[in-house]
Amino acid sequence: MIARAGELLHVDALHKSYGAIRAVDGVSFRVGAGEIVGVIGPNGSGKTTLFNCILGQIGPTSGRVTLAGDDITSMSPLELARRGVGRTFQTLQVFGQLSVRDNLIVAAQEFESTLPRRLFARPDAGLTARADEMIERFRLKPVAQLHAGRLSYGQQKLIDIAMAFMPRPRLVLLDEPCAGVNPSLVETLRELLAELNRVQGGSFVVIEHNMDFIMRLCPHVICMVEGKVLAEGPPQAVQSNRAVLEAYLGN
Amino acid sequence: MSPAARNIALAIAILALATSAFFLQRSQVYLLSLCCVYVMATMGLNLTMGYAGQMSLGQAAFFGIGAYIDAILTTKLGVSFWVVIPIAAVACFFVGLALGFPALRVQHHYLAFATLGFNVLVYLVMRNEEALTGGTFGISNVPRPYLFTWSLDSERAYFWFTLAALVIVAILMRLLLRSPWGRAFAALRDNPIRAESLGINITAYTLLAFAIGAAYGGVGGVFYAGLVQYVEPSTFYFTTSLMMLLAVILGGSGRFFGPVIGTVIVILLPEVLRSSSSPALQFMQKWYLVAFGVALVVLMVWLPGGLLSIGDRRARKAAA
Repeated sequence: MIARAGELLHVDALHKSYGAIRAVDGVSFRVGAGEIVGVIGPNGSGKTTLFNCILGQIGPTSGRVTLAGDDITSMSPLELARRGVGRTFQTLQVFGQLSVRDNLIVAAQEFESTLPRRLFARPDAGLTARADEMIERFRLKPVAQLHAGRLSYGQQKLIDIAMAFMPRPRLVLLDEPCAGVNPSLVETLRELLAELNRVQGGSFVVIEHNMDFIMRLCPHVICMVEGKVLAEGPPQAVQSNRAVLEAYLGN
Repeated sequence: MSPAARNIALAIAILALATSAFFLQRSQVYLLSLCCVYVMATMGLNLTMGYAGQMSLGQAAFFGIGAYIDAILTTKLGVSFWVVIPIAAVACFFVGLALGFPALRVQHHYLAFATLGFNVLVYLVMRNEEALTGGTFGISNVPRPYLFTWSLDSERAYFWFTLAALVIVAILMRLLLRSPWGRAFAALRDNPIRAESLGINITAYTLLAFAIGAAYGGVGGVFYAGLVQYVEPSTFYFTTSLMMLLAVILGGSGRFFGPVIGTVIVILLPEVLRSSSSPALQFMQKWYLVAFGVALVVLMVWLPGGLLSIGDRRARKAAA
């Protein structure tokens, strides 16, 4: 397949079944280079399963995923990371016993030189400056030396998200970045993600239940219901779509 | 304490320990050497377990492989001790890789039993391959090395030699832990799924941590054979692995000096209790093992994170 100009990710007719249950039922969509795409849908609509299929955490039953024209279907998370695909998880996933700065350095060090060379590399793998830039951006400077596991939930969430951007990935999949986060931090996160998109480039796919957040961050939104894409388009259009309203409010 | 001040304090402590050999009896110097060789092995186990999070009950097997390599090569082939050290380190590294490749597919207690099985296997080879290992009689008259022309035969000289070697391998361990590798080990221990999504090759790093830990065990074994000058299979049975595991956990797993403190306690405490001459402690001569067991239970209940977690515990109490 030849990639459409500017297209980065192409998900084509992805299916994932567990017995008779179709968690992901023929989902297709495209993400352009540098684009931010939001994925919304009620609980249990298959959003996280879709992520896990794209990210190689679970193998899809059928369908294809391509990254810049290369088939990446069922590739291991490790191989995907090497190809510049980053992610965050629904729950906090930081390295609790490492300092904040070490969390950020370890997030990018594997992309510098080779494994044997890293043994003899400088202890920070030459990444302190980049880590400190990220620490500054995410307002983590006062806690940079502390163990990540000892910080508040909000601070750990910031570290968690900052880590995904440390290797400067081509594509980042964010699974509910606002879950459990207070309203003022939600606004901060939105600004940070928009800023990173501007500064680093890269495409983002964001699963989120916070409508206001999605509507303001993502120029393109996909609504999933029962494993299928119900509606797709600019946020206002999706929000006012009758089928979407019915799916959310019930009938 | 600043890092510089800590290094100076550490250097003074090491020098004091080296000087103490002038004032101690021969048997006491021997016990200090014994602590040093076991610390080499437990330091390796701490890398595997404390830093990389891989449970192992087979460290004594690597310790034994190192000891037997020294005993066989020096007594039967006349190979120099200095050549044996790298041979044992490399051999144990590769045996560690060969064991880790299948065994590291499983984790936690399953991995513990896989390594325990390996330990029993190594023990059986040592006991039954008589032509090579001398069977249950073992190999005696293992020579001690020369440093240039200076014989390290005396108890004191061998202690200084072992202490110096321990300092060198400890510095190497410190450098490893501070390198990007050390950070990757800690990351995969804390959260392997996240680590993998950040490009950390879990298979490669766990194997490396395991193999380097094994190499430390092997080097410890070489110095053990030189110290005791006699090797026999039962020393390297899995009970010794348990003792090493105990030393790491007691001192503080995942802390640099954890295995040092733990090993010193596990080796010296029973001896101190047994040989105490104070009348109040006379009864200990019969009861020292019981007292040792009770002390371990109390310590583990009080400080499950090991002795070196006492600072954290105080900080938590102060914060609460």
